[in-house]
Order: sequence, then C-alpha cells, then structure tokens
Amino acid sequence: MKEIKFKPKSKLKEFLGEKFIAVNAFAALIGILLIFTFIFKEALPIFTDSETREEAGVDKMVFKQEYYEGRPSKWSWQPNSEVPKYSLFPLFIGSLKAALIAMLFAVPLGVGAAIYSSEFASRRMRELIKPVIELLAALPSVVLGFFALIVLATFIQNLLGLTFRLNALNAGIALGLAVIPIVFTVAEDAMTSVPQSLRDAAIALGASPWQVSVSMVFPAALPGIAAGVVLGFGRAIGETMIVLMASGNAAIISASLTDSVRTFSATIAAELAEVVFGSTHYSVLFFIGTLLFVLTFVINLTGDMVLHKLKERLQGKLR
Amino acid sequence: MIEPIKIDRPPDRQIPRELVFRPKSSGVVPRGLTLAAVLIIVVILAIILGNIFIGGVGTINWKFLTHPPEQGMEAGGIFPAIFGTVALVILMVIAVVPVGVLTAVFLHEYTSPTSRVTRLIRVAINNLAGVPSIVFGLFGLGFFIGFVGGAFDSIFYRGEGPVWGQPAIIWAALTLALLTLPVVIVSTEEALRTIPSEIKDASYALGATRLQTIARVIIPQALPGVFTGSILAVSRGAGEVAPIMFTGAAYYLPYLPTRLNDQFMELGYHIYVMATQSPDIEATKPILYGTVLVLLLLTFMLNFVAIMIRSRMRKKRVNA
Repeated sequence: MKEIKFKPKSKLKEFLGEKFIAVNAFAALIGILLIFTFIFKEALPIFTDSETREEAGVDKMVFKQEYYEGRPSKWSWQPNSEVPKYSLFPLFIGSLKAALIAMLFAVPLGVGAAIYSSEFASRRMRELIKPVIELLAALPSVVLGFFALIVLATFIQNLLGLTFRLNALNAGIALGLAVIPIVFTVAEDAMTSVPQSLRDAAIALGASPWQVSVSMVFPAALPGIAAGVVLGFGRAIGETMIVLMASGNAAIISASLTDSVRTFSATIAAELAEVVFGSTHYSVLFFIGTLLFVLTFVINLTGDMVLHKLKERLQGKLR
Repeated sequence: MIEPIKIDRPPDRQIPRELVFRPKSSGVVPRGLTLAAVLIIVVILAIILGNIFIGGVGTINWKFLTHPPEQGMEAGGIFPAIFGTVALVILMVIAVVPVGVLTAVFLHEYTSPTSRVTRLIRVAINNLAGVPSIVFGLFGLGFFIGFVGGAFDSIFYRGEGPVWGQPAIIWAALTLALLTLPVVIVSTEEALRTIPSEIKDASYALGATRLQTIARVIIPQALPGVFTGSILAVSRGAGEVAPIMFTGAAYYLPYLPTRLNDQFMELGYHIYVMATQSPDIEATKPILYGTVLVLLLLTFMLNFVAIMIRSRMRKKRVNA
C-alpha cells in the first residue's frame, strides 16, 4: 500500500503556489481587457490622426457624403475605389437584416422546442432532444456556411425564382441554425429552474399541466427566455463565416430580404487580408471590430445580468 | 335527511378572473406546435448531416486522408490540412488547459461564490465566451503578431525581417486558446462541484496544506471534467476559422509546419477557401464534401466522447 504522507509545509512554496493560481484566475479578465485595448489601439488613428480623420472620421462613417461634386450625397462602402468611401451604414443595415432574419427563424423554433422539452416531454424524450441540440451547436460555423452556400442557396433560389443565389434570406436562415442552440439552452434552463413548489401550488389550485405552464412557469421564466433571445441576437451579430459564405457580400441598402447583404463581421474577414498595415482602411476595419466587440459586450452583459437576477429570484422564492 | 349546505358567494367578492382556471384548455394545440418546432429542428439537422454524409462518403479513402492536394485542389487528398489542424489544437490545449483548470480551482476553492472578485471573473468569462470569433482574429493580429511577435523580432532578430511578427501556428493556437478558455473553465468547475467535501476534509485532517490538497486530491478527482473540457475545447477550436484566417492559416503550403513560427493548412479554412474561391466548383465538390465530412466526424467524435464522460460524471454526483 502506498504510504500517505505529506511533506512538511513550506511557507514560501505555499505562498508562491497560491499566488500563481490567483494570477491564472485573472486570465479571462486580462484577456477581455487586452482584446479591447489592442483592437481599439489599431482603430485610434480615426480619432487622432488628422489625415485618417479627413478620409474616414466618425462623421464620414455615419452621415451621407457627397463623394463627387454635383452628385447627390449617399451612404456608400467602397474602400478600394478611387475615392475611398467608408460609410458604415450599408454594413449596419446588412448586419441588422441578416440578424433579424436569423431571429425570426430561430426564436420560434428555439423557444418552441424549449417549451416542449421543459413542459411536455417525458424524461426519455428530453434525453433525446438535448443531444440533438448539442449536435446542432457542435456544427462548426464554416460547415453551416458551406451548407448554405452549396445546398440551401440553390433550394431557396428555385423556391422563390430568384436571380441571385446568395442573399440575406439565405444567410439569415443559416445564421438562425447557429442561434437556435443558444436560445433553446437559455430558455429551457430558465423554465426548468422554476421551483417545483410553485408548480405544485398551481396544480393544487386545480390547474391542468398546460395551465401551470401558461399562468405560472412562463411569467416566472420570461426574463430568462428574453435573455436567451438577446444572447442569440448577440451571436447572430458577431457570427462571421456563415454570412461571409452565404450572404453574397454586396453592400446594398434595401429593405428586400432577397438582396445580397454585407455585414460588419464579413467585411472584416473579407478585407483584412488584403489591406495595407496601418492604412486608413486598416484602421476602419479595426474600428468595426471595436464596434462589434462593444456591441456584443453590452448584449452579453445585459443577458448575463438578467439571468443572474432571475436565478436569485427563483431561488429566493423557495425560502 | 341532511340538507346540503348552500354557500352564497356575495356578488362583490368574486374570485378574480385570472385566478379561475378554465377547465377546457388542455394544451393540445401548444403541445402540437412546440413538438413541431422540435421536429423541424431534427429534420433540418438530419438533412444537413445526410447531405454531407452522402456527398462526402464516396471521397474518403486512405489516399484522401494521407496525400496532399493536387491539381489546384481538384484532386489528391487533405493530409496537410488534417496535420495542421491536429498540430494547432495540440498547441492550443497545452496553452489553455493549465490556465483554465487553475482558474476553476481558484473560483471554486479560494473565493466564496458571492464575493466581488468571483463575480467579476465570472462576468469576464461569460463575456469572453460571447466575443465574436472574428474579433479574436483581429486581436490575434494586433496583439500576438503585431505586439508580441513584433517585440521578439526587434529584440532578438534585429534587421532580419519578420521571424515571429508574422502569421504563425503558435499565434493562431494562442488566439484559439483564449477563445476556448471559458469552455475549459466551465467544464472543470462542474467537475469540482462533484467532489464530496469529506475527501477534502480528510486531506486537511492528515495535515495537508491547501496547495497540497489541491495538487494531490482535488485536481486528480476533477480529471474527468478537465478531460471533458479539453475535448470540448478541441472540438470548438478545430471548427473555428475566423480567428485563424489572419493569424496563421494558409491556403496551400508545399511543406508541413514543423516550427512554431511556420504557417499551416487547416480543415475549416480549407473548406472556406475551396467553397468560395475555387475556379471550378463542380470539379472541387467531391473533395470539398469529403473535407467537410472529415471535419464533422472529427468534431462529433470528440463531442460524443465528451458527452459520455460528462453524463457518467453527473450520475456519480447524483449517487454521491
């Protein structure tokens, strides 16, 4: 038998070891700070360098510009044209359009499946649904992008009789597939964490199982379901490979769902490889990255806080 | 004869409408609708997987897995991409697992769950998990290649041109390590929660310090969770393309990466380039489908193993 014996305590070793663990624990925090610092650093010339500001200041990126004298002013993203145009508005529309289509597709399916799994499914059924969702979540986004590009695009084109294969609808649906697991997981978790005592109380009052769901579980879990939707939206805004491959990447401002779109994320992915280090275009791409980072950070923080509050409240009710 | 007692409800004291459960709403319609949502998801997933399997299974053979591409990706195999992917995730695991495990240990053993430090680190972890993958790519370029690599070059390789300050497998691996850090932390923490406190108490009772307890009792007990986390991180890292596009992945290389500052080929990136930039997509299609199937099989096998270990661990916790 192995002898169980601990060496005598070494204070220094103990101290250093514990400090080493503590330092490691801050890696995630430091990582987040470094990400923001180093992305924003590359975007700084937009604010500090007068030449860059002249070409792509914040006003140039937001408002309509008169690029050629005498022509009507417009929003335009053409960073490689003779007169480089850095308006972010077409990209904003593109990101929003793709993300909204994704949400329209993913929220009913994700929340619906979550309701089924939490309120109707037998235990065995639930054990089957969860791996399916995990499988969907494990699909790499480049695979979803590939599927949308090769298969889904042709299907939608034939279905609607479109001229162009790649468009916002195609990208949005594929994006929705990536969002479903997030919406499902968060919503389902919120509903199943409603305490059994509350359900029992409603049943004692004569409610049918579905009435328990409607009058008790949904109101209690609603913030969690909303948080799932918000977090899903964050994923949809930031997702890159799917939109890069499936959207057609044309920066068009229109309300049509079957026009091509160019999103923030796809713009960075498509253009960063060819841009001159330190140029205006380079800074603008990092500025877009900063925007994406801040946007998703706020979205995630909100979702995280709502879930934290909800858990506290549901657990508080038990006591 | 007993008269039934009649209770007259005063007209002004009616039970509020929202408290009265109508007997008829049994939930058949919502049950059907939500079941339909589940079925739609299942069918879509089946179509995707079926399509990829049927399209790719004919391509995969020994030569495909062990030979480099030929004729501009229209023939030959994908061995360099498989090799690059494996090398990439191995480097990533070496970087991410120790940090992730120690973070989880710190959160679980050193701080109370309600303390401000814990909450702050937790918020950072959750947010790190939500940062878009393309932003990690930008970060890898700006920080690892521009800042760290640039500093190496200006200190050790003055005037030799970029040695470290260029896209390389080590920078791609470190970028992915940061991206997968939350996966490892969450998974390890779940394992730490399954360890009964009696075991820790026993260790302390034998005179062990906290550090000794962590190193010899807690971490060995948590190994299944560490393993699960590593596998999930590998599965996630192997599928990510956006973070490595600018930090080290190359479309085609005639050699395999052997040094840390070499560029490399990777399955996901290979799929992206073949799907979007092939001059003749019909000729590339079999190889493309084959590559997607290889990536999927790799990802799913890893996930399957991770799920198995995790469900075993959960059962242990229930029994404990």
